[in-house]
Amino acid sequence: MSDDPFEAIKATFFQECEELLGDLETNLIALESGDTDIETINACFRAVHSVKGGAGAFGLDDLVRFAHVFETLMDELRSGRKAVDEDVVQSLLRASDVLNDHVTAARGAGPAVDPDRSQALIAELETLTHGAPVSGTDADAAGDMDDDFGFTPVALSLDDFGAGEAMPLMDLPALDLPPLDLPSLDAPVVTGGEQTGWKIIFRPHPRLYANANETALLLRELGRLGPISVEMDDSGLPSLEALEPLDSHLVWTIHLDAPVAELDVRDVFDFVETDCDLSIMSVMAEGAGASVVSDSLPDLDDGLPSLDTGAAAEFDIAALVAMAQADTASRLGGGGETAPVAETPKSTAAPAPAAPPVAANNATAAAPAAASAATAPVTIRVELDRVDRLINAVGELVIQQAMLAQRVYESGLARSSDISLGLEDLELLTREIQDSVMAIRAQPVKSVFQRMPRLVREVAAMTGKKVKLVTAGEDTEVDKTVVERLSEPITHMLRNAIDHGLESPEEREAAGKPVEGTVKLAALHRSGRIVIEISDDGKGINRQRVRSIAEERGLVTPDQILSDDEVDNLIFLPGFSTAQEVTDVSGRGVGMDVVRRSIQSLGGRISISSNPGKGSIFTMSLPLTLAVLDGMVVGAADQTLVAPLAAIVESLTPKAEDIHLVGGVDPVLMFRDEFVPLVDVGQTMEFRNEPTELKGGVVMIVETEGGQRAGLLVDAIHGQRQVVIKSLETNYRHVEGVAAATILGDGRVALILDIDVLVNTGRRRTTSLAELKMAS
Amino acid sequence: MTKTVLTVDDSRTMRDMLMLALKDAGYNVVQAVDGVHGLEVLAEERPDIVITDINMPRMDGFGFIEGMRADPAYSGVPVLVLTTESDAAKKQRARDAGATGWIVKPFDPVRLVDAVRRVAA
Repeated sequence: MSDDPFEAIKATFFQECEELLGDLETNLIALESGDTDIETINACFRAVHSVKGGAGAFGLDDLVRFAHVFETLMDELRSGRKAVDEDVVQSLLRASDVLNDHVTAARGAGPAVDPDRSQALIAELETLTHGAPVSGTDADAAGDMDDDFGFTPVALSLDDFGAGEAMPLMDLPALDLPPLDLPSLDAPVVTGGEQTGWKIIFRPHPRLYANANETALLLRELGRLGPISVEMDDSGLPSLEALEPLDSHLVWTIHLDAPVAELDVRDVFDFVETDCDLSIMSVMAEGAGASVVSDSLPDLDDGLPSLDTGAAAEFDIAALVAMAQADTASRLGGGGETAPVAETPKSTAAPAPAAPPVAANNATAAAPAAASAATAPVTIRVELDRVDRLINAVGELVIQQAMLAQRVYESGLARSSDISLGLEDLELLTREIQDSVMAIRAQPVKSVFQRMPRLVREVAAMTGKKVKLVTAGEDTEVDKTVVERLSEPITHMLRNAIDHGLESPEEREAAGKPVEGTVKLAALHRSGRIVIEISDDGKGINRQRVRSIAEERGLVTPDQILSDDEVDNLIFLPGFSTAQEVTDVSGRGVGMDVVRRSIQSLGGRISISSNPGKGSIFTMSLPLTLAVLDGMVVGAADQTLVAPLAAIVESLTPKAEDIHLVGGVDPVLMFRDEFVPLVDVGQTMEFRNEPTELKGGVVMIVETEGGQRAGLLVDAIHGQRQVVIKSLETNYRHVEGVAAATILGDGRVALILDIDVLVNTGRRRTTSLAELKMAS
Repeated sequence: MTKTVLTVDDSRTMRDMLMLALKDAGYNVVQAVDGVHGLEVLAEERPDIVITDINMPRMDGFGFIEGMRADPAYSGVPVLVLTTESDAAKKQRARDAGATGWIVKPFDPVRLVDAVRRVAA
């Protein structure tokens, strides 16, 4: 840290800017690739917003002006008032470059930004925001900025208001303080007579107190403006029995005996104006009584000199900035570590006094080349092995960081200590590195989608159907491993859509549909996952037939009442295949249950929604990476386990009366008017044989891929954490009920639960164990 | 007795500036990097006054204030919202969440300290 705290903060600011601009670019590129997730947009907004906030404090006006326009557009996007489309993203990327240049210029590490270039982009952003550039941009931007910048010195009274403790019921005319001698105030508009003071009637609403505002403090503030006398009307106070402690009953009348500006009086009530009834009346000299001043505030500077000279002098930002700039300038002149303002980057040959002209030419030519290169995406080819080594190292980094955090936490250091604070920053940074590294492995799904037109042609020929394949979102990126494993389920589902979904040309014609059927394959990002949709405009699911087949195979009982969606999703059950005659195409004994299982093995979900006569949509959603998982760390039978966060609906401590035993054996929990089976995790995982005390633990309500709910009974919930997934199969062997393993902050290995298997075996086991007990 | 102010902001620059201004005005300062961390520090340090940013990752200022007001232990702790967004809707949302007042960024230290003093008993 430098000796001058202000300089040190400024250095921090530029360092932070670098990180923020990096974030901004990463997120804009994500937007460009089709990830229009609200969190991505928010992250962009926050980055620009933080740059602007800091820049404002240092008086970096050019930077603020540009960031302000940028931020305004980002705000439109995040509020959804403006859609994120290709044009917008391209403008944002250009704006991000200019913002970068502004920061570099402000730091003194680069040339000033060409005003025309900056202004052109401001106009471009404003056109996107408002539909047209804001006329007279410069003047307007400055006006706009007043809101944020308008530093008007605050009037502070040096009168120490001595009677502070007696405030609530004070009556202070006796103090007889002279009115402050204030120069030419913008007096409120009053007719006749000279104004001598104010009468204020103030009735707080309960909300005022709920937000931790205090009448006494407001009176103290008024007291700083001049001598006041206060009357309290407690006639609204009910009897003690009828008293509602959170209600507000008192009304205050304050006489302020000083002809201060109305704005100053209103300013005291600034924080509470919507949480109280307030009337402010001016008091006339002739005793003409009070006249209510209109509510509209005079649009004038309050123009008061700052009386609090001590603090003001010490904190005069403008002076500090001037000082800082002078300092920078002198360092620049002295040719310190900072690069001179308008010099092109030196090539290694440049410092030589008699540099050959060729080298000099190279140096100057390099700059524009680098500038143009920045606009086109530059790529390098890297061996996959190197990337994977990096990913492994980052995984270890995440674990190490968590271990460090845990040690520090255990050492009893306060969460607000410098070390904890640094660790929090480190955690954010580590996550960022992890995200960036994962992004290296990301690939567009194009490689898989490209293979599909041929498949569709083949299947169409085999089935004698006319099919048009429409694809969308080929550029959507996802981890390489996921891309590779997408091919099989997509192939299967496309076959299925053409074979079972689409009608024959004759049937289509009879139904009044175009002879050619359409199958659409689309990829998109949604809430941190990739979603693949396969839709067709065929006949949709024949629910009656699905239902009767399911009953035939004993998958449902005839008396079960199922919603349309539930019926549709029956096709994913093992042992279900609707193909009455086995066809060459999709009826190879591979049912939709296999598709579902292969998607689940990638941590994904699949569902169908069907509209009879109109078609079906299969939706599968998969995690973007198979390397990390957001999990809930829980304890059961002295073991530490991780439950995937995506499966958890909520957690609760069950009340004894909510737990019932069905048939005296199966424990179920009454959860939101519904009985869910309880699975004792410690027992099901065979960590112990005895069932746990049902009433002592914590229950996590989970939902399986099939939409089935269950309550997992654990001893304790330790908290939410992102964990690095380590394969158990690779390092040991497959274990029933365990999806993978991870290493926790304290260095221990924790198993990641396979919720679906756990819920199903858990129910069987709990039942059989109970039966065993009954029998013995 | 020295009062403790908790500042919640994801920007290091802002945290440092607040620290500088508040320390100079005689306050003890503790910090948090976002709403989630803020709630943790709140429980640990029991500050007398809280200043929070609105736009933060993980949990924003509104969520933080709501979380804080949901606990009766902090119902009387004044919260000032620190934001460049000075529009009425933002202020209203902050008020709805339970904010006591606000400070418009970029703040000048005098105004900051004045606002803190105004809500501090």
